[in-house]
Amino acid sequence: MSPSSSIAAEPGAVPAPDEHHEHHPSYLVDGTTVKSWLLTLDHKRIGVMYLIWVLLFFLIGGIYALIVRLELLTPGPTIIDAMTYNRAFTMHGVVMIFLFMIPAIPGAFGNFMLPLMLGAKDVAFPRLNLLSLYLLLTGAFIAIWGMINGGMDTGWTFYTPYSTHTTTTVAPILFGAFIIGFSSIATGLNFIVTTHTMRAPGITWFKMPLFVWAMYATACIQVLATPVLGLVLLLVVGEHLFHFGIFDPAQGGDPVLFQHLFWFYSHPAVYIMVLPAFGVMSEVVAAFSRKNIFGYRAVAFSSLGIAFVGFFAWGHHMFVSGQSTFNAGVFAVLTMLVGVFTAIKVFNWVGTVYKGAVDFKTPFAYFCGFLYFTVFGGMTGVAFATASLDVPWHDTYFVVAHFHFIMVGATIMAFMAALHYWFPKMFGKMYHEGWGLVSAALIILGFNATFIPQFLLGNAGMPRRYYEYPERFQTLNVASTAGASLLAFGFLISAIYLTYALVYGRRAASNPWRSRGYEWMTESPPPTHNFVGPQPTYSEEPHFYVEPQKAEVPDAV
Amino acid sequence: MNELLNTFLFLPEQASTFAERVDRLHYFVVSVTMLSSLAVGTAAVFFFFRYRKRKPNQTTEYVVPSVKTEFLFVSLPLFFFLTWFVIGFRDFVFVSTPPKDAMDVYVMGKQWMWKFSYPEGPNGVNVLHVPANRPVRLLITSRDVLHSFFVPAFRIKMDAIPGRYTQTWFEATKPGTYQILCTEYCGLSHSKMLGEVVVLAPEEWDAWVKEQRKGALQNRQDALADLSLVPHPARMAEQGQKVAAEVGCFKCHTVNGEPHIGPTFLGLYGRTETLDTGRNIRVDEAWITQSMMDPGAHLVAGYPNVMPTYQGKLTGPQTAAIVEYIKTLRTPDIRTGASQGPTYEPIQ
Repeated sequence: MSPSSSIAAEPGAVPAPDEHHEHHPSYLVDGTTVKSWLLTLDHKRIGVMYLIWVLLFFLIGGIYALIVRLELLTPGPTIIDAMTYNRAFTMHGVVMIFLFMIPAIPGAFGNFMLPLMLGAKDVAFPRLNLLSLYLLLTGAFIAIWGMINGGMDTGWTFYTPYSTHTTTTVAPILFGAFIIGFSSIATGLNFIVTTHTMRAPGITWFKMPLFVWAMYATACIQVLATPVLGLVLLLVVGEHLFHFGIFDPAQGGDPVLFQHLFWFYSHPAVYIMVLPAFGVMSEVVAAFSRKNIFGYRAVAFSSLGIAFVGFFAWGHHMFVSGQSTFNAGVFAVLTMLVGVFTAIKVFNWVGTVYKGAVDFKTPFAYFCGFLYFTVFGGMTGVAFATASLDVPWHDTYFVVAHFHFIMVGATIMAFMAALHYWFPKMFGKMYHEGWGLVSAALIILGFNATFIPQFLLGNAGMPRRYYEYPERFQTLNVASTAGASLLAFGFLISAIYLTYALVYGRRAASNPWRSRGYEWMTESPPPTHNFVGPQPTYSEEPHFYVEPQKAEVPDAV
Repeated sequence: MNELLNTFLFLPEQASTFAERVDRLHYFVVSVTMLSSLAVGTAAVFFFFRYRKRKPNQTTEYVVPSVKTEFLFVSLPLFFFLTWFVIGFRDFVFVSTPPKDAMDVYVMGKQWMWKFSYPEGPNGVNVLHVPANRPVRLLITSRDVLHSFFVPAFRIKMDAIPGRYTQTWFEATKPGTYQILCTEYCGLSHSKMLGEVVVLAPEEWDAWVKEQRKGALQNRQDALADLSLVPHPARMAEQGQKVAAEVGCFKCHTVNGEPHIGPTFLGLYGRTETLDTGRNIRVDEAWITQSMMDPGAHLVAGYPNVMPTYQGKLTGPQTAAIVEYIKTLRTPDIRTGASQGPTYEPIQ
């Protein structure tokens, strides 16, 4: 962990762009045919394609969210009927979770950055990487086909026996999610092998960027947990179509068994969504505070700790499902440990800013929002884990607000921070900083205005998935819908200036942030094989901003 | 203080012993959450200003936490989390363990209504009457999909699971009317699956129980009364009920929705039944009449062909009266708006 004494003059330095440029064009222009994109094996192009698709899915999920929020403006029917509403909130959940939250950061930024951060030319299995994208799209299109032809009204949790009895189109959507699972497993497997085998000389395990640690922990969950989801989805499809009788009590099955199997995947899946976000933020806070991460090993190990403990916390979704009291106690304590690991990260992120040199750019603004959502959302998670507080809150809007804060809030903040931080890396263009800060402020404010009223609605006792509600809940619902409009407006601004920057933006320098993350040690955008000349060697840890002469006196606090 | 925090957090009134306990932990957790968010936030904001970048490409000191700092990072949250767990789990055990002297009420959820039945007799739909200051154990199950029984004012909740009984309990502390909500998504009218708990003061409770017993007895006597000894009832349906009781319909047909030897009369009229031939029919007057006279002609699938014919045993007016009676046995509609008092099903 102590930094090497041999310091290059400028670790973030890049080989002079001009001398190699003729022979090593950037990945963006190396091949311009449609085929060269669609059948590419280049992790960067695959990452960009992932980015485009997940943004599209985010838009679809967002439209569903706005439909749901509009419907809830008044206590009675507002714009749609109950059946349409039930389909809309189900689709909001399915699209956002399976098509945006899970693939977004690993698919887009993990694919792009992981090999760059490891000094590798590509991921370990480039063909598998391309396959994972097309598996995602195949699953997505089957699911979207199902949504258009019938839709599904079970909620994204597909709880039996409702999901095996509903007359809506369950089979294609669940089968789509089943295929998407394979995409997730393929990505995870690829990242694990890449991390183990493709690290450049000098990058030891404890010199890997923390984003890589987070992706590694995520990949372990993806590989270990996703098969259980595949199993349970197939069983539900089978039960729906052929009446297997595994979950249906009328045929001797057990509906609570479904919940155990479902949450055995879906609770770790929360960490599939949020660990990459933690990884992004570890990079962003170091780069924009211009400081080494405070407590590197603590942050790295806490990622693994969350991934491990996350497997043993699923029962906290079933405190009021007839689970034994003893089980509830065990799951409650184990859930607390997730909170402890997250707290370690939070303290270390704040510690990173200490004695740093803060450059308050758009990604850093998102870091602030992220810190807030993680602390507040995480603490409400701990409150749920006390078991007794879960009893009144369970399945109310408090849950909705809680997971939108910790899981969605943290992930969206990280996704936006990553998009801005790595925008010049990926596209070689610079976005407009002023608009960036304005939209970050709108998105953070809008997010709070949407979900703080929902915390209060949950306290007041409004159950989730309600099409109509008693009139006493209306004020808070109107506030929440107003917040959602602000949030949507913030995203609209981002979409406009980022698209503008992509087309007309000024050319960015190779390392406009003067970041000393490993991914910046090549040109931006990088050439097809990432590095020109021999494989780079790495003498210091990532984000090493120490003056050469002071490098040998680490200062412990 | 309690009042103030209750209003500030939008909590409903506290109307059970558990509500008071769980709210105390709620205040503790929320205030620590607020304070620690504020502390982390203030530290962050202070650092952003104190350590802002002053020159491009600025270098910084290499700072790592000491073991003591790391220990603090782990132990401080762990201390609070475990304290909350101890308090929370103690309360959870409290709400999971009904006292031995609790009064039992059976709760059945079905799409989209709640049914309550008391061991001593009366049934209720969507309205649960309980005495104040006496523990009440709820034995909850479901007839179709998952539901969840939630009374915000009592802070209690328990899933209704088909094929098994779950239990929870409460002790209401003040008389009044409190809303029951379904919190497990159960389909189209999930948000209309509302009910009420009516908490009665002890003396009112005794009066209510007495009245229910009397009503139940009255119903039974009316139903079993000899047709010839009482004056003709004005309404056909009431007459039909008496005739049906007299000729023995209720030996095989229930009126509470449970299938018995024959299909239940509850909601029969207008229902779509699958016949043993596989054909679907919609039950109308003609089918009911035919089934009385020639029961095997169009048999509902799943029931044995054991009903005797009533051809010649019933007069025309009696047949019509029974048909009218069956037509009145409808599944109660899901009520909206304020309670209009309990709807009781006849006791048989």
